[in-house]
Amino acid sequence: MRPADGGARTAAATAPVSRGAVEEEGERVRALPVGDRALLVEVSSGEAAQALHAELVRRRAAGSLTVGEIVPAARTVLLDGLEDPARLAEALPGWEIPPLDARADVTVEIPVRYDGPDLADVAALWGVAVREVPEIHAAAEFRVAFCGFAPGFGYLTGLPPRYGVPRRATPRTAVPAGSVALAGPYTGVYPRSSPGGWQLIGTTEAVLWDHARVPAALLAPGARVRFVPEGRS
Amino acid sequence: MSDRALAVVRAGALTTVQDRGRPGHAHLGVPRSGALDAPAAALANRLVGNPAGAAVLETTLDGCALRPRSVVVAAVTGAPCPVRVDGRPVAWGAPVRVPAGALLDVGSARAGLRSYLAVSGGVAVEPVLGSRSTDLLSGLGPPPLTDGTILPLGDPGTLHARVDVAAHRAPPAELVLRVVLGPRDGWFTGAALRTFTTRAYRVASASNRIGLRTEGPSLERAVSGELPSEGLVLGAVQVPPDGRPVVFLADHPTTGGYPVIAVVRPADLAAAAQAVPGTPVRFLAVRRR
Repeated sequence: MRPADGGARTAAATAPVSRGAVEEEGERVRALPVGDRALLVEVSSGEAAQALHAELVRRRAAGSLTVGEIVPAARTVLLDGLEDPARLAEALPGWEIPPLDARADVTVEIPVRYDGPDLADVAALWGVAVREVPEIHAAAEFRVAFCGFAPGFGYLTGLPPRYGVPRRATPRTAVPAGSVALAGPYTGVYPRSSPGGWQLIGTTEAVLWDHARVPAALLAPGARVRFVPEGRS
Repeated sequence: MSDRALAVVRAGALTTVQDRGRPGHAHLGVPRSGALDAPAAALANRLVGNPAGAAVLETTLDGCALRPRSVVVAAVTGAPCPVRVDGRPVAWGAPVRVPAGALLDVGSARAGLRSYLAVSGGVAVEPVLGSRSTDLLSGLGPPPLTDGTILPLGDPGTLHARVDVAAHRAPPAELVLRVVLGPRDGWFTGAALRTFTTRAYRVASASNRIGLRTEGPSLERAVSGELPSEGLVLGAVQVPPDGRPVVFLADHPTTGGYPVIAVVRPADLAAAAQAVPGTPVRFLAVRRR
């Protein structure tokens, strides 16, 4: 298995409009039933999915939402283990969903050596000099949009859209643990050695996943992230 | 040194430690895992007086053989199979006393695929995120058993068996899986939806703890293009580009990028766990509850 790169935009959502900040961006919320006890809540942008995820986590913490799993993804949030999915599906489009508040969250700093084997290819795709790739990447403010592929693998957004890159035509059979990599709009860090088709731009000593540690995952959905080039602090 | 342990003499084709899994961590990319035939695992625990969450062994097709280092009570459920202690046949689906050092042999399944062996005290390997389950997708939990593995056992405790013999329902000749359509049934043609809910499929031999793969008519999509990755539930029926439905079982990935045409009722997943390759499969559309 290899991490996905997000793919293209899904079919336009067609349901009721939500109020609040999300509405100002023309956002729509559509709650699709999944089996008997789950809902897939679909919005039309990654930012809206992150804002919805944050609101769902807040409501669960406040005790106003009882749910087994809250699983964010590219344009959706899955709610699994609901008592009454139909009632929530009806209420959701009326929720006020505030925009993400950057000040409210802790920032995780990941030290990185920009020494990946695909630096030159990425520089060519971006149309910049190789030495500019670390500067551009380290200047961005990232957020963990969602996790998947492997325990502790976060899909980080934050690079300006013009820096999106395709996956490599031929995936590698083994990408070393700690590789900092790009695909589609995302940056990711491989928690352990695995096959992968992402473009490798650097390496970190940070331990992304340690099940004996609390918390096990360095990067959880919603976390803010900065990459700090080695030798700078 | 504690003598509450099992020595693995014959690991079998694929024998793993399983309990009720580690739900609640899907947002970190951690699969739920856990026994595929959950009712069979729960019954095995009840037969030996273990709490419901105790870890058992899940075998695949050809069983396994072990030597307990101290006297234990053991029970085998799930796929029916011969059970022997030092070569002497003993009961399947009932508590059996196994003396210290005796060879407990769980034989090949006569029907079905996965047998469950519970031992008094439960398998007490170190839990990971609250579960001792082996997760074959992410590699969390103990590795599958190998010959010579020593498995620690927990304290047998004071629970008493609440059942002393278990009725067994033979795996049906045809696997009927009740499905609730959606969330992405709209990505398929009307003809594909009719095919999916009326035609016969077969269990493919590539099936595993991650998913039950099928062979049969390909399902044609009405929407081309890619679906951005989205969260997956247990029992989700995903349709990859080859058009053959895959039913996701306990070690399923937490997100996926192919459309989910329907979701199997959880109560039907135990039967799916026991369906050998070649078994006919039918997907029966039911209304959402």
